[in-house]
Amino acid sequence: MSNGTSGFEEILLEVRDLVVVYDGIRALQGVSFTVLKGEIVTLIGANGAGKTSILRAISGLVPYQGAILFEERDLKRVPAHRIVGLGIAQVPEGRGIFGSLTVLENLRLATWQRADKGELEADYDRVFQIFPRLRERQHQAGGTLSGGEQQMLAVARALMSRGRLMLLDEPSMGLSPRLVQDIFRVIEEINRTGVTILLVEQNANMALRIASRAYVLETGSVMLSGTGRELLGDPRVKEAYLGA
Amino acid sequence: MSEGIVYWLQQVLNALQLGSIYALIALGYTMVYGILTMINFAHGDVFMVGAFFCFLAAVYLGLPFVPTLLLTMLGAALLGVMIERLAYKPLRHAPRVSAIITALGVGIFLENFTLALAPYPKNIPMLLENVTWNLGGVSLSSLQLIIILLSLGLMFLLDFVVHRTPVGMAMRAISWDKTFVPLMGVPVDLIISITFAIGAGLAGAAGTMYGLAYPVIDPYMGIMVGWKAFISAVVGGIGNIRGAMIGAYILGGVEIMVAAFLPSTYRDFVAFTLLLLLLIVRPYGILGSPRIQKV
Ligand SMILES: Nc1ncnc2c1ncn2[C@@H]1O[C@H](COP(=O)(O)OP(=O)(O)OP(=O)(O)O)[C@@H](O)[C@H]1O
Ligand SMILES: [Mg+2]
Repeated sequence: MSNGTSGFEEILLEVRDLVVVYDGIRALQGVSFTVLKGEIVTLIGANGAGKTSILRAISGLVPYQGAILFEERDLKRVPAHRIVGLGIAQVPEGRGIFGSLTVLENLRLATWQRADKGELEADYDRVFQIFPRLRERQHQAGGTLSGGEQQMLAVARALMSRGRLMLLDEPSMGLSPRLVQDIFRVIEEINRTGVTILLVEQNANMALRIASRAYVLETGSVMLSGTGRELLGDPRVKEAYLGA
Repeated sequence: MSEGIVYWLQQVLNALQLGSIYALIALGYTMVYGILTMINFAHGDVFMVGAFFCFLAAVYLGLPFVPTLLLTMLGAALLGVMIERLAYKPLRHAPRVSAIITALGVGIFLENFTLALAPYPKNIPMLLENVTWNLGGVSLSSLQLIIILLSLGLMFLLDFVVHRTPVGMAMRAISWDKTFVPLMGVPVDLIISITFAIGAGLAGAAGTMYGLAYPVIDPYMGIMVGWKAFISAVVGGIGNIRGAMIGAYILGGVEIMVAAFLPSTYRDFVAFTLLLLLLIVRPYGILGSPRIQKV
């Protein structure tokens, strides 16, 4: 373990001894980590390591043991649909676009918990500025978008909820190298506007480059952690995740 | 007008009346299927209970038509929500067949509960003054007109809710894939309850109108009508709201035409054969389509 710091101080999200069990199989066996306000934290790990399970637990989609605290508030008893209202947005694995809803409807749905519906127009404008492609396709059904456009929509949708923490599950999956770069640039941009990021990625190389800190997950446990730079240089990470 | 045309127009009117009632019930089957991929086999019996609510409101409370209709819709809506909460929700993650058996059980319960309270068929009083107009030989009753227009009005309203309101948007999202709907902040259970309430409320409206058109009601009246509405939904493409309406008017039309030209005992046999043939040609129904399998 490393004691590297990233210059952020206030804890936004704290995960303590998280255990997730599916049909008797322990997918997470006591995972602990923190995300500080303003950071980009990345979780890397092989297929089946438990990355998605962590994000599902945070968003309340699966039951868990252990504790998850967001802004010091215990999320255990908060129903899933209230969690986004508290300020945690998720871009789920596989994007989760509602194919029969238009682009605009997908965006609108994500604002369900927002009280300030009067500011929706301004927010549509903001996300369309980030993703001009979506503006052109706002009346198109989500299911007819290309994979890359769906990924943009998934990120845009998460922005619409105006969360302070954004969870992203493999946003680069299935995208061309060019689009991967674009998406990572957007993630950094979003982070600069004050949104804290928890990023799950297979693309360890790029994820570690933009991350302030990172955790390496293996079969349901945290094996390594440190700053993005430290882990990029770590021989174990190089061998297992960077293909060096 | 020639006698032939008059006869046809008369049959078309009758078909519209019957189709409207089937449509109101078919919508409940299709909405619940759309959102839970489950056939609510108790739905025909909710329609029956709706007719009894109408009887209670009209006879025991002595209410006129509009309050009777509204009270019946409300009562049926509450019944629908209760059925979902008590009987279906606990089984949402159980094997499909358990949910089917439960739905059939709820239906049988409703029939026998009603039978226990009302062992003999009941008569729904005339709530509306029934005037019959003669339009060039075609006779149109005010009741017929009200049934057709009211049904169409309710269907337009539903179509608006589903396609133009946030609740409708949430319904469509859940029907696409409900896994990630909570991430949008949408309370899935509430939307499911609303779906059951709307579907059952429409069945209640159908119960009222059916009771006015065919005033003798009994606890088993929901079985055959329920099956026909269910088949309408399947013919239209189950899960598809506009499909359910189209399917219902087709079934209403076929039934009336068969009854008009063939011995009345042929009606269901011919109607169902035609519908089976239609399903062989279009297995997913008229507006239905095979959903692209998502991983
Ligand atoms: N719904 C489920 N039922 C049973 N087992 C599950 C379920 N979801 C995940 N698992 C198991 O839990 C483990 C962790 O899965 P998870 O999806 O969290 O991994 P991951 O790190 O996100 O993998 P990937 O990189 O492939 O997305 C895996 O072994 C997986 O098979
Ligand atoms: Mg995953």
